[in-house]
Amino acid sequence: MSVFDSVQRMLDAAERRGLPLWELVLEASAQESGMSRDESLRTMRERLAVMRQADAGYDGAQRSPSGLTGGDAEKLRAQSTAGRTIAGPFIGEILAAALRMGECNACMHRIVAAPTAGACGVLPAVLLPYARRYGAEDEALVRALYVAAGYGAVIARRASISGAEAGCQAEIGSAAAMAAAALVHLHGGSDAQTAHAAAIALKNLMGLVCDPVAGLVEVPCVKRNAIGALDALSAAELALAGVESRVPADEVIDAMRAVGAALPPSLRETGRGGIAASPTAEAFRERFFSGKS
Amino acid sequence: MNIFDLIGPVMVGPSSSHTAGAVRIGLTARKLLADEPASAELLLHGSFADTGRGHGTDKALIAGLLGMEPDDTRIPESFLWAEKAGLSFRFGTISLPDAHPNSVLLRLRGKHGGEKRVVAASIGGGRIEVRRIDDMPLRFSAEQPTLIVSNDDQPGSVADVSRILADAGVNIGTFQVNRDERGGSAVMVIECDAPLEAELVERIRSLPGIRRAVCIN
Repeated sequence: MSVFDSVQRMLDAAERRGLPLWELVLEASAQESGMSRDESLRTMRERLAVMRQADAGYDGAQRSPSGLTGGDAEKLRAQSTAGRTIAGPFIGEILAAALRMGECNACMHRIVAAPTAGACGVLPAVLLPYARRYGAEDEALVRALYVAAGYGAVIARRASISGAEAGCQAEIGSAAAMAAAALVHLHGGSDAQTAHAAAIALKNLMGLVCDPVAGLVEVPCVKRNAIGALDALSAAELALAGVESRVPADEVIDAMRAVGAALPPSLRETGRGGIAASPTAEAFRERFFSGKS
Repeated sequence: MNIFDLIGPVMVGPSSSHTAGAVRIGLTARKLLADEPASAELLLHGSFADTGRGHGTDKALIAGLLGMEPDDTRIPESFLWAEKAGLSFRFGTISLPDAHPNSVLLRLRGKHGGEKRVVAASIGGGRIEVRRIDDMPLRFSAEQPTLIVSNDDQPGSVADVSRILADAGVNIGTFQVNRDERGGSAVMVIECDAPLEAELVERIRSLPGIRRAVCIN
């Protein structure tokens, strides 16, 4: 038995022990993995530092080895800086940050898988712009990462965080749920509200298939980091306003697992269905495999 | 539950299976060779052969052979580092019977003349499995300290090796034994709960009937 068996168990344990949720996640995970508290905190601070480094190391002129991705985050940044985005600079920054990390991953930069490499853009895309806008300290971001990790741990135990097992809902969907909970925590929401935010975010992306063109973690993966980040933001806004998920988070996670199991193999990271099966994707794949791309 | 598998691992992209796992395969093969590799032939199977180039699987495998970890930022330039390190290599494709889709056969020669053939698979999330060493089928993840002993297939070898480990207070997690034919050559794969001292591996190597002993800590 573990506190990460269910969201309810995690929240109950935090309340019973009088600990904030982030600290419960820290203590319970440190105990399960045999890591000391200091070692855990040091590792989490380092993860945040690597996210920042990757974000800062983006090169808008670089293209991925396949040539499929690169340069799009720079377009978003330029649009946002020039004040031409529809939704204003904060949303523009989030979108740009999500694409930046996704493109960094495609271009073989050093990133933090969160929870996977393909979904590595979602968490930093909400955390780093939030910190800039609201002046959140690094220690607050580290605590938010523990909250995110707690939800990730429950999802990994009850369902899956693997696109090959359960589709993109398990990667971008899980990342969005983790990021939504982290945002609620950062913005002063209650533990119960973090659970509502995670549930809402996961529901919004339920059924999302994993259909990478030519099997590469690029199209549509990079851009799905942007929708994952905005899904997290909208779920956090709803939860912070007091909107509740009518279905508890644990039941949403179980439903995600069932949907994943019902997905045919062609929609689980085989590169044979969905967008990967479109004529354009097929043509690219043929060129790519014959070495002429 | 290790939460740093959820906020992490730190890795060079783009794919945990095709990039991070490939680095770990190269690194594990280097440790099995127990030498600085001088030349390598890498034959890619299945999805490694199909999408490996787009995922940097080739660069990742070479990076591992050079001793780099999956988060090493030199991975994209590993071919240049190979030149500096005097490692010559050649890639090809192969169809391995009954292999995992993300598999590779590595034929390595060390700077001191030793040779090693390794088949390994990247099985998802950056985790790997070694499936064959030289011609011996076996299976281990290289996540725990692992002792690989090849020996003459004769009575007492398993007892001798496990006695040395027991006397040193090393707890054995899993123990596999395999052989090519009765009285021929055999291999033991022993996953331990703690790293092994070099001196301990040396004592195992000097036992009668033991041909080779390598520990991946």
